[in-house]
Amino acid sequence: MKVLVAVKRVIDYNVKIRVKADRTGVETANVKMSMNPFDEIGVEEALRLREAGKATEVIAVSLGAQQCQETIRTALAMGADRGILVQTDVELQPLAVAKLLKAVIDKEQPGLVILGKQAIDDDSNQTGQMLAALLGWSQGTFASKLAITDDGLEVTREVDGGLETVKLKTPAVITTDLRLNEPRYASLPNIMKAKKKPIDVIAPDALGVDPAPRLKVLKVEEPAKRQGGKKVASVQELVDKLQNEARVI
Amino acid sequence: MDFELSFEQQELVTALKRFVETELYPHEDLVERERGVPPDLAAEIKKKAIDNGFYAMNMPEELGGGGLDALTLSLAEKEIGKAGSGLGILIGRPTRILLACKDDQIEEYLMPSIRGERKNCFALTEPGAGSDARAITTRAVKDGDDFIVNGTKLYISAADISDFIILNTVSGVEETPRGPRKLFTTFLLDKNTPGVTVTPMLSICTHGYNPNTIYLEDVRIPKSKILGEEGKGFSIANEWLYAGRVMLSAHCVGRGERVMEMTADWAANRKAFGKAIGDFQGTGFKLADMATELRLADLMTLNCAWKMDQGTLTRQEASMCNVFASEMIFRLTDNAMQIFGGMSMMEDFPIQRYWRDARVERIWEGTSEIHRDIIARDILKPYRK
Ligand SMILES: Cc1cc2nc3c(=O)[nH]c(=O)nc-3n(C[C@H](O)[C@H](O)[C@H](O)COP(=O)(O)OP(=O)(O)OC[C@H]3O[C@@H](n4cnc5c(N)ncnc54)[C@H](O)[C@@H]3O)c2cc1C
Repeated sequence: MKVLVAVKRVIDYNVKIRVKADRTGVETANVKMSMNPFDEIGVEEALRLREAGKATEVIAVSLGAQQCQETIRTALAMGADRGILVQTDVELQPLAVAKLLKAVIDKEQPGLVILGKQAIDDDSNQTGQMLAALLGWSQGTFASKLAITDDGLEVTREVDGGLETVKLKTPAVITTDLRLNEPRYASLPNIMKAKKKPIDVIAPDALGVDPAPRLKVLKVEEPAKRQGGKKVASVQELVDKLQNEARVI
Repeated sequence: MDFELSFEQQELVTALKRFVETELYPHEDLVERERGVPPDLAAEIKKKAIDNGFYAMNMPEELGGGGLDALTLSLAEKEIGKAGSGLGILIGRPTRILLACKDDQIEEYLMPSIRGERKNCFALTEPGAGSDARAITTRAVKDGDDFIVNGTKLYISAADISDFIILNTVSGVEETPRGPRKLFTTFLLDKNTPGVTVTPMLSICTHGYNPNTIYLEDVRIPKSKILGEEGKGFSIANEWLYAGRVMLSAHCVGRGERVMEMTADWAANRKAFGKAIGDFQGTGFKLADMATELRLADLMTLNCAWKMDQGTLTRQEASMCNVFASEMIFRLTDNAMQIFGGMSMMEDFPIQRYWRDARVERIWEGTSEIHRDIIARDILKPYRK
C-alpha cells in the first residue's frame, strides 16, 4: 500500500507573526518557513507504517510556490521515498488544495492519505474533510491513534467529549492530531540522501483543475491587545461585574 | 561570496537543534549537581545520537562516520556546544588524531571509537608542562619490544569516563646543530593497563566533562601501540590542533547565542524605575556590543572552517579565531551576569554556569597569551631582516 502525505510550507511556529502594513496578509518576506507541524506528524505516521511493513512507499505532496520543494525535501530527509509538487503561484484555498490532491490521488492510487488536521497559518481545518468528500472515501479526522486491521483501519479520534474510536474501510483519508506521535529527527544519513530522491513537479493545468480562489480576503488584522485584568474585593463584586459589566451571566 | 547554507546544512542544524533541546537541555541541572551524567542516561543519549547518525559526524564516511566537511561540522558543533559539555560529548566526535591508527590499531581503537563503543582522552599536559608542551617529562624507555612509561598527566578531560588514553611521552633525545632535542612518542594506552591510575579533579567548569590526574607507574606498553611514528609524536597533532581551535570557537558562538537570547528576553521584560532595563542605555549598549561581537566571532568561525575545507587555514588565523571567540564568550556571559543582576548569582539559575563554563575557553586549547604570541610572531616573521 502506498501512503500519500500532504505537507504544507508555513511560517515557522517560533516566528512572531507580523501583519503587513497594507493589511492584505501577514509578512512572509525574510521569515523562517517550515513544514506545518501537523504534517510532520503525518509524515512520521506514514514512515512508521512503512517500517512496520504495512506500507510500501511514502509519497510527500506539497502544493504552492516553487519553494515548497524545500518542505518536500524536509519530508524526504525524514525518510519519505519521493515527492510531488503541484506548482503554482496562485493563492491556494482548502477547496482548491482538495481538488488538486484528488487529481494527484487519482493518478497515484494510494491506499491511505494522511494530512494535518489543520495548517498553523490559516487554521482552516477543511482540506482533509473536503478531500474525503470529493474522493468518496472514508475519513478519520483528528487522529490520535491509527491501527491497520485485517479489514481496514481503526482510528482513535480526539473529539470534544473525549476519545472516539472508529473503524474505516480503505482507502481512507486521515487527519492528524497533536498526540498521534512524536516526529523523529531527520537523521544525518537521511538528510544526505534527500537531495537524490525524485520530486515530480506538476502544473495545476496538467491535472485539469482550476485553483483560483473562491473566497476573497478583505483585510487581515492583529488581534486586539489584551486588556489588563482587574482585581475585585469580594465575590459579591465579581458576580455584580459579570452580570452588569461583562454581561456573561 | 555565497553565505547561503545548503539544504543539508539547514536540515542538520534544525535536527540537531531539536535533538540538543529535547535530549540534552532537560538533564543539565542534574549533570551540574552530580558533576557527571548517570551512566544509564549517558548510554541512552549516546544510543539516540548513534541511531540518528549524529555520532562521529566528523569522521570519514568510508569508516562509518558522518563525513561532514569542516564548515558543516562547525555548524553542528555550534548547536552541540549550546548544551553543557558533559552532555554534549555524548554526541561523540572522536578525535581525528585516531585516523593515524594502522594495522591492528584500526579495529582495536579507531573503528570502535567511530561506532561509539570506545572512548578516548588526550593526555599531554603535566604538572611541569602546560603551554610549554615540549617541557613534558613523562618518559617512555625502551625495553625489548615494549616501552616502560613513568610520569604524571594533569587536567586530562574525561579520563574518568574513557577506555583508552592517547598518551604523549618523551622517548629519547636527539643531538642537533642547535643542541639536544627531545623526541616525542604518542601511545594508545588502555586505561586498565597495570600501573595506570586515574583520579578525578574538582573543577568549577564544564561539570560532567571533568579533568583528571593520570599517574603512570612502570606502565608496560608494546611497540605496536605507538600512534604515528616513534619519535615523531607531535607531528600528528598539528592538523588536529587547528581544527580543535576552530571547533572551540564554534562552541563559544553556540553558547553565546543561547545566552544572548535569554539575556535579551530578560532585558526587554525586567522593569526598573518604570521601564524595561534594556531601555536604559547602560544595558542597551551592553546588549549591542554582545550581539555585535557574537556576530563577528560567528563569521570568523565560518571563515576559518571554510578555509579548513580549502586547505588554506593558517595557524595565525586559527589562533585569531580561538582568542577572539573565547574572550567574546567571557565578555558576553559576564555582561549577561550584570544584566540579570542578583538572579545571576543563584545556583539554581543557569547564567552562572555559562559564565563559569566560559572561563576555561581562554585556557584550554591554548591560553589567550599563547594565541596572541603565535599571532604576533606570524605578523612579524615576514618583516624580520
Ligand atoms: C578543565 C581543563 C581541562 C583540560 N583538559 C586537558 C586535556 O584533556 N588534555 C591535556 O593534555 N590538557 C588539558 N588541559 C590543560 C590545558 O591545556 C592547560 O591548562 C593549558 O595548556 C595551560 O597550561 P597550564 O595550565 O600549565 O598553564 P601555564 O602554561 O603554566 O600558564 C600559566 C600562565 O602563564 C602564561 N604563559 C605561559 N607561557 C607564556 C608565554 N610564552 N607568553 C605569555 N604568557 C605565557 C599563560 O598564558 C597563563 O596565563 C585542561 C585544562 C583545564 C583547565
